[in-house]
Amino acid sequence: MVGILEDKDRIFTNLYGLHDFGLEGAKRRGAWNGVREILSQTPEWICDQVKNSGLRGRGGAGFGTGLKWTFMPKQESERPHFLVVNADESEPGTCKDREILRNDPHLLIEGCMIASYAIRAHACYIYIRGEYVFERERLEAAIKQAYEAKLIGKDNIHGWDFDLYVTHGGGAYICGDETALMESLEGKKGQPRLKPPFPAGAGIYGCPTTINNVETIATVGSILRRGAEWFAGFGRPNNTGTKLMAISGHVNRPCVVEEVMSIPLRQLLEEHCGGIRGGWGNLKAIIPGGSSVPMITAEMAETALMDFDSLREMRSGLGTAAVIVMDKDADVVKSIARLSYFYKHESCGQCTPCREGTGWMWRVMERMVTGEADMAEIDMLLDVASQVEGHTICGLGDAAAWPIQGLFRHFRHEVEDRITQYRAGRPHVQGATLVAAE
Amino acid sequence: MSVRRLSPNQPASFAFQPETLEKAKWWIAKFPQGRQQSAVIPILWLIQKQEGWVSEPAIRAVAEMLGMARIRVLEVATFYTMFMLEPVGSVALVQVCGTTPCQLRGSESLMAVCKRKIGAKDHLSADGKFYWQEVECLGACANAPMAAINDYYYEDLTPESFEALLDDFAAGKAPPPGSATKRQGSAPEGGPLTLSDPALYDGTAAQPLKALPNAAPKAPEPEPTA
Repeated sequence: MVGILEDKDRIFTNLYGLHDFGLEGAKRRGAWNGVREILSQTPEWICDQVKNSGLRGRGGAGFGTGLKWTFMPKQESERPHFLVVNADESEPGTCKDREILRNDPHLLIEGCMIASYAIRAHACYIYIRGEYVFERERLEAAIKQAYEAKLIGKDNIHGWDFDLYVTHGGGAYICGDETALMESLEGKKGQPRLKPPFPAGAGIYGCPTTINNVETIATVGSILRRGAEWFAGFGRPNNTGTKLMAISGHVNRPCVVEEVMSIPLRQLLEEHCGGIRGGWGNLKAIIPGGSSVPMITAEMAETALMDFDSLREMRSGLGTAAVIVMDKDADVVKSIARLSYFYKHESCGQCTPCREGTGWMWRVMERMVTGEADMAEIDMLLDVASQVEGHTICGLGDAAAWPIQGLFRHFRHEVEDRITQYRAGRPHVQGATLVAAE
Repeated sequence: MSVRRLSPNQPASFAFQPETLEKAKWWIAKFPQGRQQSAVIPILWLIQKQEGWVSEPAIRAVAEMLGMARIRVLEVATFYTMFMLEPVGSVALVQVCGTTPCQLRGSESLMAVCKRKIGAKDHLSADGKFYWQEVECLGACANAPMAAINDYYYEDLTPESFEALLDDFAAGKAPPPGSATKRQGSAPEGGPLTLSDPALYDGTAAQPLKALPNAAPKAPEPEPTA
């Protein structure tokens, strides 16, 4: 067998699109089964079950899903409640939600229905990234089927009036942040809002709102059908369940696969992806959770487990479980410089440390790639990174700083070598080499 | 941030085509009364589908349609990078993903193909048929390197297969999107290693549940529905 998770325990049984994505096929694979029984329980029961399952948000932050739902007001007021599903999957390395949206959309729709009931919402918006045109078409088709079968909508067979709408973005990474997503959904620039007020108090249109990732919502139906203990039985305590993991970069066979949490990173790569290009010894570094988390070295990857706690102990993070692998052919400095460009490009421009800092860090990183820098600039760069980190409204400032900090934590000697190499043979005249870091 | 400005050459006017207008109304109806502004991104996108790009008169038309200040629509059109603010190729808009996961798998060689065959980045080709850009992560990293051509994803590319693809577009063909190596979705090359248990697909999972696990003993009866 490959990996740890057995086929019978997989939630996303049409991950690769070999079977019918539509309602009939999805029902055959178990979707919508038991939803009526689930909805005959109380919203509190659903929240408790999800809490007991240990499900943590799959969008990167890993906040307890059941707990998040209980933040919503217990009574409906004149302000209606909303569920918003964050399908703005843009974190470099992450391509898991796409597979759900295009191949198993009914699991998502079913989850939307259950989650909406749990937070007493009658309407849900799925905000999908603009570039996922095909995925949006698939999702719209699946929703249409669900309406026609009266699974959702007014007077549906489940007895909870529920409308589901798809909307889309315009290619801005920042809209993956929940408050920026709400701004964007309201038809504005995607600039994050200050918290508080938290979305559960005042979200879209000033109404109580819960925002969850696609994968989180799509697992809820299966958890309730099969029992919280079933889900909690995978992985280590506090890191339970199964998780879609996306592996890209220098492995022999990149793929997306569902695995148990806490699977050893090495086992994941060796068994599912055919190992590192050129063998395990050729591994240089791994970004284990999407571009925003610091990288870990090959030595650390030997013992790393794919869960929140193990990777946090290594001063990295699980994020979205998007593993980006770099072998010894890869130029790690250049890879991180490209990520710096990404964050510079995607900064929304609202907070000064991020707007100015991401561009500054990118320009310095580009010079680090060639070595056309001063040794003292490494510390200056790290100093600036630490001043961007934690001083912005949303997490993009942190996300821009962490990859750079991770690089210098493990590969500072490489950058220093480059600077020395570049300097060798050039006249040492004060101010001769550098373009000022403006 | 990326600096984006409107094109200096603007058409004199803009008019919705009937089907665009109909679609726009469908989008507006998705949002609560008085919140029609929420439809601004989808409607700008519809305009881009109609015209190929978003012009200044179109921005004015959207502002009027949604009851928004013109500057708010302009903000949206310049903030979101999917909106093209100048005319693009009549045959294909090629967007090559250049972010790290694709870069590691060779996106730079794809961009070299673009430079050679189409010309400079962010410019119309000499014959006006193509326009190419380097874009940020498109979210198909397990199928890197990839490019989006006219909205759809072409994955697992090599410089050779990419060049052939561009040739097909230039010849007026419409090559099917997806993996150039005929990979099954995001499964590992050579076929899925998991999800092979036939019991997953024979309908056993659709059998009614005997009992809902952990169900509360005295579950309140659901409201009877029509």
